[in-house]
Amino acid sequence: MKDLIDHALNYAHMKQVQYADIRIVQNNTEAIVVKNGIVETLNNSESLGFGVRTLVSGAWGFASSHVLSMEEVERVTAFAIEIALASRRAPEDEINLGPPVTSQGKFQTPIKIDPFSLTQETKLAELSAADAAMASEKSISVRRSNFTFICEYKWFGNTEGAYTEQTIYETGGGIQAIAVGGGEVQSRSYPSSFGRQQVTAGWEAAQAWDLPGNAERIASEAAALLTADPCPRDLNTTVILGGDQVALQVHESCGHPIELDRVFGTEAAYAGTSFLTPDKLGTFQYGSEFVNLTAESLRPLGLGTFGWDDEGVPAQSTPIVKDGLFVGYLMSRETASRLGKISNGCMRASGWNRTPLIRMTNVSLEAGTWDLDDMIADTDQGIFMETNRSWSIDDRRYNFQFGTEIGYEIKNGNLGRMLRNPTYTGITPQFWNSCDAVADAKHWQMYGTPNCGKGQPGQIAHTGHGASPARFRNVKVGVI
Amino acid sequence: MLEQEQARELSREVLIRCGKDPAEVVIIHKDHALTRFANNTIHQNVSEINNTVYLRLLQGQRKGMASSNSLNADALDSLVERARKNAAASPEVPDFPGFAERSSYRSAPAYDQPTARCSPEIRADQVSILCRLAKEKHLNAAGAFSSGANAFCVANSHDLFAYHSISEADFQTVVMSSDSSGRAQASSWKMEHLDPETIGREAIRKAESARNPQDIEPGNYPVILDPYATDDLLDMLNLYGMGGQAILDGRSWMNNRFGEQVMSSQVNIWDDGNDRNGMPMPFDTEGVPKQRVEIVSRGVVNSPVHDRSTAARAGTSSSGHAIPPYFPSFMQTIGPCGLNLFMEPGEASLEELIASAKKGLYITRVWYTRLVHPRDCIVTGMTRDGVFMVEQGEIAYPVKNLRFTQSYLEALANVDAVGKDTRLLKSEFGSHAKHVPALKLSGFNFTGVTV
Repeated sequence: MKDLIDHALNYAHMKQVQYADIRIVQNNTEAIVVKNGIVETLNNSESLGFGVRTLVSGAWGFASSHVLSMEEVERVTAFAIEIALASRRAPEDEINLGPPVTSQGKFQTPIKIDPFSLTQETKLAELSAADAAMASEKSISVRRSNFTFICEYKWFGNTEGAYTEQTIYETGGGIQAIAVGGGEVQSRSYPSSFGRQQVTAGWEAAQAWDLPGNAERIASEAAALLTADPCPRDLNTTVILGGDQVALQVHESCGHPIELDRVFGTEAAYAGTSFLTPDKLGTFQYGSEFVNLTAESLRPLGLGTFGWDDEGVPAQSTPIVKDGLFVGYLMSRETASRLGKISNGCMRASGWNRTPLIRMTNVSLEAGTWDLDDMIADTDQGIFMETNRSWSIDDRRYNFQFGTEIGYEIKNGNLGRMLRNPTYTGITPQFWNSCDAVADAKHWQMYGTPNCGKGQPGQIAHTGHGASPARFRNVKVGVI
Repeated sequence: MLEQEQARELSREVLIRCGKDPAEVVIIHKDHALTRFANNTIHQNVSEINNTVYLRLLQGQRKGMASSNSLNADALDSLVERARKNAAASPEVPDFPGFAERSSYRSAPAYDQPTARCSPEIRADQVSILCRLAKEKHLNAAGAFSSGANAFCVANSHDLFAYHSISEADFQTVVMSSDSSGRAQASSWKMEHLDPETIGREAIRKAESARNPQDIEPGNYPVILDPYATDDLLDMLNLYGMGGQAILDGRSWMNNRFGEQVMSSQVNIWDDGNDRNGMPMPFDTEGVPKQRVEIVSRGVVNSPVHDRSTAARAGTSSSGHAIPPYFPSFMQTIGPCGLNLFMEPGEASLEELIASAKKGLYITRVWYTRLVHPRDCIVTGMTRDGVFMVEQGEIAYPVKNLRFTQSYLEALANVDAVGKDTRLLKSEFGSHAKHVPALKLSGFNFTGVTV
């Protein structure tokens, strides 16, 4: 691979580009799905290719191909230069990438058990056991259990002298039970919704989830939701969110608005912009004093954990919100220099055929001091909600509305009746400023979001979010 | 471009390696480019060439799958070996209907060489015209201009071979002022059907009209939906209920409603993979010829679309709507769905729809819509890029964006009138599209406002 990388970079040098980089990526993914006792999917996919990014006379070009050969590398590099020259017809202001990036080294996700070393039968046995455990509930129409295993090799070089090699492992999995009856459809998932929880780890993560051990509970909760009371409508009350829902709340209402490309308008036509404009940096009270958020690509298990980003910038930690004050962005080399800063390593591409964008790494709500039981006991009236079911937020990331799979009434400090179709809505800074309790490290967990869409052509990123349950006051619930 | 004979040879090489094991090969070739602009400049300009082989292989009733985009002999050996290994590990799937028999399919030519081979210079020139227009009006243009081509091939051990190539172009832009925005989009398999300058002027006109938006209270308002907004209604009803899998799972809005009138009698929805007014694809990724399916006829729930598995379980035959293997994993659970959908136009122009409203909101686009509850297809989302209050048949003033939470089933029951002009709008997930008119609805439920 080094030969191919050198060839691209030498060719780019020869053509006197300002800057060029090349990424070669090989992605191996294994997907296993058991649905209603049948192995619906047992698939192994391999994708290999490279992408070349060039900066020529102040304009960007990117070209990619699945054919790995010296001739194709040269053709694609030349095409990336031609594309950059075409971009000059509507040029940007001068592009400054900041200090050169000369990273060298190798990185591999620490894993205990390589999931690709196990037999398919071993993995299927776990899913089949979970499926069987869900089958005891008669009203369940759909039982789905799945694993996804990814091993991605990445080679990166640039014209400034960087050369890195990375091997990233991801393990994902989950179960879902859909109950149908009496004109209702209800769903419960574990450990996370929309298919799976996912982390950078090996088979040991899948074992720790114990899908079979949680399957009966999930099925029985889905069935119980069919006849549960509906969430009260149009009520302003206290809400305690489970850790997985806090993770998605962080993703949507903090992670996206701190992407500096959105702030500078380059995602305006698709993903939108951001209310967190540069004048707010260091001055804006994003949340209450209990809200501390960090973007970090070093944390164990996070889907945003790596050695270097796709510009070769080393993994690092950046405070985003400190005691409620907005203090940091997710940045690329180009956008950071516009603020007089240096990139904090957030450029990520979803594959060899996509140019890097600013993406979340692991944007996490730091643990607070509360035990969850104490938090509930301290709440006179409210609703506990967990496991996301729907999410929507406006293009500046102000107005959001979330639904969760399940809710429980809180009355006089106790969890009470189950509630179906819980939803809540709010405005981002008002919501985070209403946070008065965050659960402690014992409840803090790294969640994965392996389905984050952004960019044109579309890119699906895998991001991580550490979170624990948190309490919010005076929240509007029951919008359906 | 992967030509038909190259596809035939490649699929033959894979099938030979499968030996006596029944197998199905899908080859998807992609040669695409996209020029992205924002702040009146080009900031991303990309291209991609890829060629992926998807293999399904049977050992008895055991099914294994694998895919690869490396096409040398070793890689093809490995592809077959991996599929075989997966099949060996998989328990038998008793009701798997097997692979499709050889059949003939209609030709739906949709390959236009100038579109397929559009250069970055041509795209940049078109983009720079819009950027200049926006700059002249002190506006800020952003968007994307994409072009390219796909080739699809399906071959299997029953001697089935199907090949289709399609070019595609899409131009979309959001033009912004400090307090407003407007959007426009056009798609086609033939670039000459798009005029980026006209599309740009539409977005500019909307952005200028939307300046100084007013606050209004949320509530239930009659609405006029631009085709861009209608597109989302069709999209969500499609993804969450028009397919056989959703029916079998019991999670579709169609369940227990077949033969019932649940939408206005003015609503007719069908899928037709052979219609060149859309983005045609004459067979699905199981090699089954596409049938025209009347999904909703005069407001009555008629029929879902099927692939071979859901058809077998439902006791019918496949309509040729297997979901493509390149769909994102979160969409794979959805099952078969419409990929070339049409909603029948009516007789009124957009201006006449607006003129016929005493009071209501003209919604140019909805965004970030998500399913809240499947049974009645309740969806929440935001308006975006231009919302206008209509009073006494005229646009009175622009309003700030609103959140809605609305049953899309009920929305289409509320249709008062259907526009006569339609738009072809390509999906972001590949060569499939919807052909949609503007609508006038008697009510739509807005549940919140934003800052």
